[in-house]
Amino acid sequence: MLVLSRKKTESIMIGDHVEVKILAIEGDQVKLGIVAPKSVKVHRSEVFEAIQQQNKEALNTSADFLKQLKK
Amino acid sequence: MLINTKFLGEVEINESEIISFNQGLPGFPEYRQFILLSLDADLPLALLQSTEEASIGFVVAFPFVFKQDYTFDLSEEDKEDLQIEKEEDVLTYSIVTLQETFEDSTMNLLAPVIININKKLGKQIVLQDSKAYPLRFPIKQAVGSAK
Repeated sequence: MLVLSRKKTESIMIGDHVEVKILAIEGDQVKLGIVAPKSVKVHRSEVFEAIQQQNKEALNTSADFLKQLKK
Repeated sequence: MLINTKFLGEVEINESEIISFNQGLPGFPEYRQFILLSLDADLPLALLQSTEEASIGFVVAFPFVFKQDYTFDLSEEDKEDLQIEKEEDVLTYSIVTLQETFEDSTMNLLAPVIININKKLGKQIVLQDSKAYPLRFPIKQAVGSAK
């Protein structure tokens, strides 16, 4: 893993088109500004875990659900 | 080819209709081959069924039926993965998490399942974080607003 130290208002470039800027540092929270082309998806990594979890929950449907739906 | 399914028992399927999910689905990377089966003519639901494992069957719905203004752009990466060339290639489904009643159930608008129906390729994509398109969109809300 590449590790870089940055101060507030400084930024890094990832490739030619993605800029990540440190906007604020408040206690144990860092506020990042991300400038990227629309084709680049930016997500909090928890999003992927949440989607995995939701897929597992979706499978927990009981076999007689169609009957329930028809009530 | 005869497969076992989660809700429909044994079903005879046409192998040419198998859809390949080359990355699997999030949480289930090991299952790559799925088929779409209709569940009930009265409900806008289908079953996205693994052809390899009967217990891996997701209830899916056309999101546009429940949220008419649902729109998103496909990223270049997703278009490449799915070999999408034109809009007509694309089918969009949302995975439904069923609860006691249909009205209490939710659908995943954050991560729709995109299928290239001509190339038989599928992928569950992740849209940009947005309050408008949540992981658990209440179907009740949609059923209510449709009236």
